[in-house]
Amino acid sequence: MDDKKLEELKEIAKESRVWIIKSLAEAKSGHPGGSLSCIDILTYLYFHAMNVDPTNPDDPDRDRFVLSKGHCAPALYTVLALKGFFPKEELLKLRKLGSILQGHPDAVKVPGVDASTGSLGQGLSIANGMALAGKLDRKDYTVYTIIGDGETEEGQIWEAAMTAAHYQLGNLIAFLDYNHLQIDGRIEDVMGNGNFTNRFKAFGWHVIDIDGHDLQAIDEAVKAAKQEKDAPTMIIAHTVKGKGVKFMEHVADWHGKAPSYEQALEAIQLLGGTWEGK
Amino acid sequence: MQKIATRDAYGKALLELGRRYENIVVLDADLSKSTKTELFAKEFPERFFQMGIAEQDMMATAAGLAFCGKVAFASTFAIFATGRAFEQIRNSICYPKVNVKVCATHAGITVGEDGGSHQSVEDIALMRSIPNMTVVVPADAVSTEKAVEAIYKHQGPVYLRLGRPGVPVIYDDKYQFEIGKATKLKDGSDAAVIATGIMVSLALDAAEMLREEGVSIQVWDMSTIKPLDVEAVKEAAKTGAIITAEEHSIIGGLGGAVAEAAAANSPCLMGFVGIEDTFGESGTPNELMEKYKLTPESIRDKVKEILAKKSSS
Repeated sequence: MDDKKLEELKEIAKESRVWIIKSLAEAKSGHPGGSLSCIDILTYLYFHAMNVDPTNPDDPDRDRFVLSKGHCAPALYTVLALKGFFPKEELLKLRKLGSILQGHPDAVKVPGVDASTGSLGQGLSIANGMALAGKLDRKDYTVYTIIGDGETEEGQIWEAAMTAAHYQLGNLIAFLDYNHLQIDGRIEDVMGNGNFTNRFKAFGWHVIDIDGHDLQAIDEAVKAAKQEKDAPTMIIAHTVKGKGVKFMEHVADWHGKAPSYEQALEAIQLLGGTWEGK
Repeated sequence: MQKIATRDAYGKALLELGRRYENIVVLDADLSKSTKTELFAKEFPERFFQMGIAEQDMMATAAGLAFCGKVAFASTFAIFATGRAFEQIRNSICYPKVNVKVCATHAGITVGEDGGSHQSVEDIALMRSIPNMTVVVPADAVSTEKAVEAIYKHQGPVYLRLGRPGVPVIYDDKYQFEIGKATKLKDGSDAAVIATGIMVSLALDAAEMLREEGVSIQVWDMSTIKPLDVEAVKEAAKTGAIITAEEHSIIGGLGGAVAEAAAANSPCLMGFVGIEDTFGESGTPNELMEKYKLTPESIRDKVKEILAKKSSS
């Protein structure tokens, strides 16, 4: 990826973070911490890697994306809106009655959302199904998904991990958003020992560890993943919960709490953005 | 009378459908020999996905395939499909209304010797409570074959409830299955028995017993539990007494569905033949049907009980 593209993606990621904060402040509920930790990956996917067309969201040949950690919908909605799938103004109706933007992604309502998710543990299986369909139809699309680190506590993730390796889903690229925090505290304190690299390797996955906020590293990892044709790739993305908003970073409380307008204005200022009219 | 298990009819119909339609895929959770999806698997190995003993993963994987234009038939035993994977069916399949057909075999107590842990007596109640879900319970092999094609053509999720042992074939090839449409198999004036699944043929036997006693009853095959044929319930209610019969708990299944429709449209006396809010146990299917009062005699007695109430009211 050249410097120009890199700067462009950084700018989009920054703008996305501002929109995430705005939409959550308007919604008065939702999940900022995990949305901010996975937004660099989403920006990279939708503005560099994925073959998607906002004017033809149901193109059978398009790349697919499943947000398995569906509570981070504000991040997905933001990149979809910036990409042009629907007007940006819709983002300010997040979680409100009548809006297409439900608290968790709804594939029926939102153009560009490929699967309905939110109940943790199910998205990786859905992504597997899409990858199986791609192989069966001899199509060369790639299926991307992001799972949460806490989400791996769901047993179904490991069922799906077995399936992806068993069926040699080289057309599946998953990210694990390893921000180390879940609602009740640190991942390692709530359940398990982390060590996702060894665990996914043991399940037969091609595993790459990266800094999940380094767009260049994300690019290299996806390129390496595409070289692997006979196994699914898990990109363990080491991230910071609340990344970009200093007072939210590394704080579990910001998992599922929306900022007040005052906090939102402060956050947007920290991000170098503005919010007119507030 | 010839007896064929509805699961055998399902396996045969699925294979036939697979030959005609390229977009059908089938998933199973290590029970393909029992659910009979192995017939499809042998002829179309590329379109068959063995998912191992992992029903939750199977349901959501089926959803993923359906999101990409496939019509996914996912099979396992009813207890695991609707119990273990309930929330996957709800959130990954029904919420986005994708084309997954949950075809569960070994429903009810006629699973037999495996015992209460494996006998689903609540699956109809669970499945019909989910928005967007259609629930079909065929009475015999012929209706199963027709239903499999109908649910393939239906856009959206379906639960198809199938059984393990052979059951009498009551229909001939002229039978037309339509989702949401009940079939009146016998006309009568004193009461109406609305049955589903394997209880339909037993209801016909009960009607014969009652006829000999001078009691005239209607017999309905309610092969779709949801959407329920409300017009059929209204017509049945004109007799003044409806008795439902199902191999399922009396709570929330066919009886519940018919009672809801009758209460809202045409209230009448009702009686419920089914499993009385209890788990099953090990035994042969016939022994269990006797013990849990799922027999023509039980239907006959229930009809007479309700008719006695009717005449005293």
